[in-house]
Amino acid sequence: MKLTGAEIFVESLKREGVKTVFGLPGGVVLKIFDVLYQDKDLDFVLVRHEQAAVHMAEAYARATGKVGVALVTSGPGATNTVTGLVNAHMDSCPIVLFTGQVVSSLIGNDAFQEADIVGISRSVTKHNYLVKDVSELATTIKEAFYLAGTGRPGPVLVDIPKDVTMASMEFAYPDKVYIRGYNPTYEGNKWQIKQAAEAMARAERPVLYVGGGVINSDASEELYGLAELLNIPVTMTLMGLGAFPGTHPLSLGMLGMHGSHATNMAVHHCDLLIAVGARFDDRVTGKISEFVPKAKIIHIDVDPTSIRKNIHVDIPIVGDAKPVLRDLLAQATAIVGGKKREGKTPWLQQIAAWQSERPLAYKPDPKVIKPQFVIDMIYRRTHGEAIITSDVGQHQMWTAQFYKFAKPRTWLNSGGLGTMGYGFPAALGAQRAFPGQLVVCVTGDGSFQMNLQELATAMVYDLPVKVAILNNGYHGMVRQWQQLFYQGHYSASRLEGGPDYVKLAEAYGAVGLRATEPHEVEEVLDEAFASKKLVLMDFQVDPYENCYPMVPAGGAINQMVYEDPPTDATRPAPAAQDAQKESISLA
Amino acid sequence: MEHIISLLVENKFGVLARVASLFSARGFNIESLSVGPTADPTMSMITIVTTGDDRILEQVNKQLNKLIDVIKVVDLTEHAYVERETALVKIHTRAEDRAEVFRIIEVFRAKIVDSTPGTYTVEITGDREKVEAFINQLRPLGIKELVRSGRIAIMRDEVKTAVDQRRRPHMVEAK
Repeated sequence: MKLTGAEIFVESLKREGVKTVFGLPGGVVLKIFDVLYQDKDLDFVLVRHEQAAVHMAEAYARATGKVGVALVTSGPGATNTVTGLVNAHMDSCPIVLFTGQVVSSLIGNDAFQEADIVGISRSVTKHNYLVKDVSELATTIKEAFYLAGTGRPGPVLVDIPKDVTMASMEFAYPDKVYIRGYNPTYEGNKWQIKQAAEAMARAERPVLYVGGGVINSDASEELYGLAELLNIPVTMTLMGLGAFPGTHPLSLGMLGMHGSHATNMAVHHCDLLIAVGARFDDRVTGKISEFVPKAKIIHIDVDPTSIRKNIHVDIPIVGDAKPVLRDLLAQATAIVGGKKREGKTPWLQQIAAWQSERPLAYKPDPKVIKPQFVIDMIYRRTHGEAIITSDVGQHQMWTAQFYKFAKPRTWLNSGGLGTMGYGFPAALGAQRAFPGQLVVCVTGDGSFQMNLQELATAMVYDLPVKVAILNNGYHGMVRQWQQLFYQGHYSASRLEGGPDYVKLAEAYGAVGLRATEPHEVEEVLDEAFASKKLVLMDFQVDPYENCYPMVPAGGAINQMVYEDPPTDATRPAPAAQDAQKESISLA
Repeated sequence: MEHIISLLVENKFGVLARVASLFSARGFNIESLSVGPTADPTMSMITIVTTGDDRILEQVNKQLNKLIDVIKVVDLTEHAYVERETALVKIHTRAEDRAEVFRIIEVFRAKIVDSTPGTYTVEITGDREKVEAFINQLRPLGIKELVRSGRIAIMRDEVKTAVDQRRRPHMVEAK
């Protein structure tokens, strides 16, 4: 039977097992939307802005482990997705984005709503396609899903001209994909794995440093086995949180710029660093030349370009985390004769000493809500089991520090790109994937305002996420840097004119709650978590709280700052200066 | 150090742009580039000359391999290879210079492909040193226009030939 391109599109998505598509229609994709109108098997979530559709698809993918899908129109519809694409690209998230394109005969003519999205997205996608003929459509979709979800996952864009959706041909969906230039390596080199296992069994001060790759390849169980067998402490990158239970005695939590004292000291002093699915981001390594000066490095990654990109590696292993860790575990078991190494080794004792020397903590205040306190209370209510999304800034780092993630795929945030505006749509995408699950978006007043229009989407599709706004009236991380490195010149970091979030929630038919004093925090959280509706929580937190410990940009990770430097006489304290500014503006 | 990288790619639209933008996005410099189809019409060969230390070249190599449309990447500088470049040179020819121009053309085994009363257009093919030397010889005579192709290169097949000869001794005897 002959199908139109639009019908082939919808049929192909079903063959890929797609249930939900996020997006927004427009002129050139109307034929597809007409087919969707008559089709009840595919859910379409209509967003208010295309950027949000991509974030939703990405979060859907990260929470479920499947490929996320978004569909938008040409021109502005397509260009609005660019931030989402870059975000997914940097965080290795499998999504397929379909963009409409003007009719083939008009491509290149500056037609209405034409944009060269294939050209624009070339450097921010794993691969992209322009479908030139309806005969290529099914194969292209098959390839797109295959590329997005295999190897190092990533976003794939498929641009479909309007005439391709209108033309018809016999539908045949390919069973297999063969791309001769694409052969990812999954199994690690046996000899290298043996070397690595021996080094791990021999090391006196080893540290496992794991990233998002462990979560992408569902390798947590293997990681757990290996860490326990050899009694190796595990630190996670921002993207890797949840890969190893945060409450486990061997968990060191996050490392790097806002990692804890003990974690960064452990990494700095280790004699063997075993990196798995992590890419030595500059937020992790700090000053490269002083990173792990005493250690040999094993690096396991499915993407060969990640290895030796930033740092010299002694034992490189190209392969997928799951099979490589499985083989490592087998080798290591053979080496130690199957006997688990247990107890507190001198190395673990040293780490414990660092931990008690400077634990990750905050000073509660009876009058002012400390942002860390809110995170702590959210953790105590959810025990690390909820899906937590965050935006970007201080609140993100506090969440990473104070929320102990129990499971993989429960922590969705923008790691590589640092996209403000990610958290709320991400929460909606995750909630759509898991309707019964508690999904909490921890955000800042700056970040939330970057995609708050999706409140409408949340209400229409009944996505009852709980949004906790740590409202400090600032772009908090920017303010922190200005305080520490720019003599307290708070240039363009003060956020004035924010809405009344309680009224805002009510305007959309959601629930709005506010806490201005510490004793109200728990009440607000309890009420929110008991609610079946979307709740916007406005926590008016201490505007001058800073995120510590901190490695100043460009510093080595063992050179940390733990608290605000004493304010000198020539420079007013942030609060005083701010008050001064306000009084000037009043005068 | 200079490297000549040979890239076997899918013969599809946009592939050259992917390769070129990979270089520009990462701040790697391309010194010369040439593209053409191979014996198999579904594939093209791109030859890129670039410079960088070992670390940069390792990244270039891996990043190129990562492109979906790239089938094979070979750094020819690690092997024995033959390289060629073509230049077309338009030279002013005054009567008193003609003998000199002819002499240079003869020495370099170049070829006159067009002539007018005031100019010769000369074609030269060879490795980069030869082309450079030729241009330097002509420069004092007045070059009006100069066009150089990108460099192309191919790996020498020495080992394979030796094996072939052992298997077919009669061919060696025939020499």
